[in-house]
Amino acid sequence: MKYLSEFRDPSLARSLLEQIARTVTRPWTIMEICGGQTHAIMRHGLDQLLPPEITLVHGPGCPVCVTPLETIDRALAIAARPEVIFTSFGDMLRVPGSSDDLFRVKSRGGDVRMVYSPLEAVKLARENPAHQVVFLAVGFETTAPGNAMAIKQAAAEGLANFSEITSHVLVPPAMEAILSSPQNRVQGFLAAGHVCAVMGTGQYVPIAEKHRVPIVPAGFEPVDILQAILQTVRMLESGEAGVVNAYGRVVRDAGNPAARAVMDEVFTVCDRKWRGIGTIPGSGLRIRDELAAFDAEKTFPVGDITTSESPDCISGLILQGLRKPHECPAFGASCTPLHPLGATMVSSEGACAAYFKYARRGTS
Amino acid sequence: MCLAIPGKVLSIEQENGLPMAVIDYAGARNRACLAYTPEAEIGSYVIVHAGFALQVLNEEEALASLTELTRLSALMEADAGRDDPERRS
Ligand code: SF4
Repeated sequence: MKYLSEFRDPSLARSLLEQIARTVTRPWTIMEICGGQTHAIMRHGLDQLLPPEITLVHGPGCPVCVTPLETIDRALAIAARPEVIFTSFGDMLRVPGSSDDLFRVKSRGGDVRMVYSPLEAVKLARENPAHQVVFLAVGFETTAPGNAMAIKQAAAEGLANFSEITSHVLVPPAMEAILSSPQNRVQGFLAAGHVCAVMGTGQYVPIAEKHRVPIVPAGFEPVDILQAILQTVRMLESGEAGVVNAYGRVVRDAGNPAARAVMDEVFTVCDRKWRGIGTIPGSGLRIRDELAAFDAEKTFPVGDITTSESPDCISGLILQGLRKPHECPAFGASCTPLHPLGATMVSSEGACAAYFKYARRGTS
Repeated sequence: MCLAIPGKVLSIEQENGLPMAVIDYAGARNRACLAYTPEAEIGSYVIVHAGFALQVLNEEEALASLTELTRLSALMEADAGRDDPERRS
C-alpha cells in the first residue's frame, strides 16, 4: 500500500534503532500517549529492540479504556429501551458495564448496531422515523469532528430522532495532569499523530515549555514511531524542550481548522471523569446547550447509576505511566481480555490487553 | 480508536448536502465524508478515521522524509561496514 508499506520497511527501522542506540547515553522514560501506538510498539516488538536505557510507558490514549463505567451503564440502560436503535463503533460493543454489555443487551432483543461512521447512525435515523437512534460517541479529538458533523447534519435535516451520548476526552489536559503529578516519571512524549492532525501542534507548546519536555507528534507505523523516538532522545540528550513534528505527511501545525470549527459549533469543553484516573478539569467535550435535543443524556433520563470497580485494579497508575501492566497482581490471572477487571484490559488498545496479547511479562 | 489510514479518492459526489467519496485502501473500498478536506480531489490520498477524511496526505513530505531516512540508513550501513571487525569483537 502506498504511503504505508514504506513506513514499515525493516531496513529503515533497523537503521533508526541503530541511530537511537548511538544517541542515547542515559536512561530516559518516554510515554506514547496513544493506545494505537502502544499496540504498534508491542506488535512489532519495538520495546524489546530499543536500547535498555529507554523505557516506554503507555499513556491514557485509549478512549474506550477511559470511558467511565457510569457512561457505559447509562448507554446500556438506553440501549435496552424498546423504541431505541442503539449505535456505536465496534470497539465499544464488547466493553462491560457493571453487570452487562451491549452484546448481551442485543441478545435479549435490544436493537444494537455497529456503525463505521456516525453518519451511518444519522442515516438510520432518517430511515427509521418511528425509532430513536442513539449513537454512543466516545473518542479523542480525532473522532470528535465526525461525531460533531453527525449532530450538525441531523440538525440541518431537522431529524428529531437522533441523539448522541458523548464522552469525548481531550489529550492536552491529560498530559498536563500526568506531568503535574509529584510522582511523574515521564520525561518526553510521543504525541498522538491523528489527534494532532485535527488539533495541530500549537496546544503542546505551552506544555512543553512549562514542564521542559520534548513533545513529538508521531505516526503509527514502526518507522514513524522509531523516528519520533529518535527525535525525542536527541532532544532529551541535548536538554532541549519543545514540540517537533515527526509526522509531517499528516500533521500540519495548524491541524484541520475546518474540523475544529464544527467541533466548536457543536461541543463545548467540560470537566471529564476518566475511568481509572478520576476527573481532569477541562478534559472533555459535551454537546452545547443549544443542541440539547441531540444530547441523549438529557433526553433519556435513566435515573441514578451506581457502579462498582474492582479494588485490585491499578489501571489508573498504568494510564499515568506510573506502573506497567505486568506489575499488577491480577494481570493474566484474575484479569484477562475475556474477563477484564479494569479499564486497560477491556479494550484491545489498552496497555494491559496489549501486554497480554503480546506476552510481555516484565521483559520490557 | 484513533487509527486512521491513507486511502486514495476514487470518486466524489454530494449526498444530503455533504461531499462523500469512495476511497480505495489497496483494494478494499469504503466511503468517507470529505467535508473537512474540501481540497481533496480524485487521486488525492486522504487520511480517513471513522468515516471522515481528516487530512489530505502531504505527498511531498512523505517522499522527503523517506528520502532522508533512506539516505541516513545508507550512511549508517556504510559506517557499519567500516567498523565491522571492531564491532564483532
Ligand atoms: S491487569 Fe487488569 S486488574 Fe490489573 S491493572 Fe490491568 S486492567 Fe486492572
